[in-house]
Amino acid sequence: MIHSRASRRAFRLLVPILLTGPVAPLTAFAATPEETGLKIAVEARERGTGFGSFTARQAMVLRNKQGQESRRQVRVKVLEVEDDGNKSMFVFDNPRDVKGTALLVHAHRNEADDQWLYLPALKRVKRISSSNRSGSFMGSEFAYEDMSAPEVEKFTYRYLRDEPCGDLTCTVTERLPTDRKSGYLRQIVWQDREELRTWKIEYYDRKDEHLKTLTLGGYQQFLDRFWQAGEMTMVNHLTGKSTVLTWTDFEFRTDLDERDFTKTGLKRAR
Amino acid sequence: MRLRTALERSALCAAVGFVLAAGAPAWGEGLERDLSGSFRLESRWFPESAAHSGQRTLASGFVAEPTVFLEDEEGRSFTLTPFLRYDSADSRRTHADLHEAYLLLFGDLGEGEWEARLGFDRVFWGVTELNHLVDIVNQTDLVEHPNEEAKLGQLMAHLTWFGDWGAAELFALPGHRERTFAGRHGRLRSGLVVDDDLVGYESGAEERHLDVAARYSHSFGPLDLGVSVFDGTSREPSLRPASFRPVLDANGNQVLDNEGAPILTPRSLAPWYPQIRQVGLDAQLTVESWLFKFEGIHRTGAFNAPNRRHPVGEKEDHAALAIGGEYTFYSVFESAADLGLLGEWSYDGRGRRSTDKFQDDVFLAARLALNDPESTEFVAGLVVDRDYSTRTLTVEWNRRLSDRWSVRAEAVAFLAADEADPVHVSRRDSFIALDFVYSY
Repeated sequence: MIHSRASRRAFRLLVPILLTGPVAPLTAFAATPEETGLKIAVEARERGTGFGSFTARQAMVLRNKQGQESRRQVRVKVLEVEDDGNKSMFVFDNPRDVKGTALLVHAHRNEADDQWLYLPALKRVKRISSSNRSGSFMGSEFAYEDMSAPEVEKFTYRYLRDEPCGDLTCTVTERLPTDRKSGYLRQIVWQDREELRTWKIEYYDRKDEHLKTLTLGGYQQFLDRFWQAGEMTMVNHLTGKSTVLTWTDFEFRTDLDERDFTKTGLKRAR
Repeated sequence: MRLRTALERSALCAAVGFVLAAGAPAWGEGLERDLSGSFRLESRWFPESAAHSGQRTLASGFVAEPTVFLEDEEGRSFTLTPFLRYDSADSRRTHADLHEAYLLLFGDLGEGEWEARLGFDRVFWGVTELNHLVDIVNQTDLVEHPNEEAKLGQLMAHLTWFGDWGAAELFALPGHRERTFAGRHGRLRSGLVVDDDLVGYESGAEERHLDVAARYSHSFGPLDLGVSVFDGTSREPSLRPASFRPVLDANGNQVLDNEGAPILTPRSLAPWYPQIRQVGLDAQLTVESWLFKFEGIHRTGAFNAPNRRHPVGEKEDHAALAIGGEYTFYSVFESAADLGLLGEWSYDGRGRRSTDKFQDDVFLAARLALNDPESTEFVAGLVVDRDYSTRTLTVEWNRRLSDRWSVRAEAVAFLAADEADPVHVSRRDSFIALDFVYSY
């Protein structure tokens, strides 16, 4: 029969926003706000390339309006792919009824991602659709599309302004998803000028209502180059629910290779 | 008897292995250990009175299925999963099995990699949801559920070689597992009980025949493809009337036929396993929210259904296919819920001579996943037989109660059962099940 228990827990590439490198004045020479916005996005992508591979753990705390909590734990493996989206694997540890369920994602820049789900109870690998952009990831306030690395090609951009954010100065950019399946009309992104780390994203739904706000913190630098947020908090303003996503146990330049990100590798994931 | 000793053997293996693994000696300092699994409390209620004598109305019990996993620093691992079910109604449904007890090894081979799984394991092949035609490595644990999805562990040497060209797998399968059948007190059985003591094989090597299988699979963009071949003892037995006894009249005298010989009637069914060869093809095309699925097999050596001229059926080569599609609507009703709709058609070229209950059946199903923190989910499915007037409805609901506990309810209703359809024997076995699952 249809299964189901785990298939809906599929989600897209959950790559942290990795940033790096020396800083160039981004706004100085661009002519229009659209060009400046795109330039920032391209620069951010370039700073995020070259990490090779990494593994990490994710813990999520889901809170409803009454303060009731539930927890999720996932182990993540990511392999960088030249000139295409990354390959990644997610192995679920908690809740316990989905323990051992694993998801393999081959992300693509210019076409739909490929996704396979491994269901340990049946020892079955299922190819699943990657069309679920706006759905909730594991019952959290993160949608699948919030979890994926924002591919430059999948948005149009408009630079809005610079403004202080904490001790830093942030550029504020508006970006519009080009994907019709996106649940958002637009997003507003705060990135510091120094390192292009993302500190806040406001999400506006298709009716242009302010639906959610993501705040990021606990940035750590890896391999002297890559910045990674340790904590991401998503608040839903319409429902009052929130999700805190914590990243730990980062390991970069692991011995992972292409073969670990195949269907055979998926059946072996634990 | 054979079955029971096999089960006792595997239960003993499991117990010994479990103790060894759980208390893993310090032979590896870097040995990683993990214990997980589930414990389920299950009950089934059959509201209709039984069709066959001895059958009970209520069946409750539990299932224990722990997994011990050991892994060394090189990634070599040993996995052990014993399985135990206790059923209050049917002693034949009370059973133990060794779902997994295998050593996993791997290494480089050319540009690719090799992998070996040695021991008891389960393997799934295929893509469709109703009828798993291609899937043949493991025996069906039929007493678990009439949907035939539960499988027994199979002893195997499973070798895989894979690279960017796909995966090639070879299986050596020594030791045949017999299909499980309900006992006299159990529901979901035929009028005659299957007697495991009377098991027969076409092969002179009987259950020790070495079966072999091979499979190649790969993904070509949106297309996932698998071709497979199996040669050996059929997993599906031919069920033959056995234990003949004279028919007695009201006074206890033997009833005689025209020639004065006593008329005999069978008291049980004997499972008989022929030697078969099966080639299979499975394919899935994934396009946006659509999944298109196909499975096809060609099988030689199997027996078709018994009829008046051939009381045990006769050998008939045949082809069968299952084809279908699935579409998912995401974020329906302005909520986080997903609604999936599925349609499949399963067809067997033997028509009414088929032994497959899905010989010409259409399956329509809907799944609503709320995507809430409790992962609440509803599934409804209807199977309509196009040859017979048989219709089966399944409704399922499940929900997480906490990190560790979840609950699942299911109703299976045989809405109409055609007298000519072999599944007619289960016509009064509609049931409602309620399970509580503890995961650790």
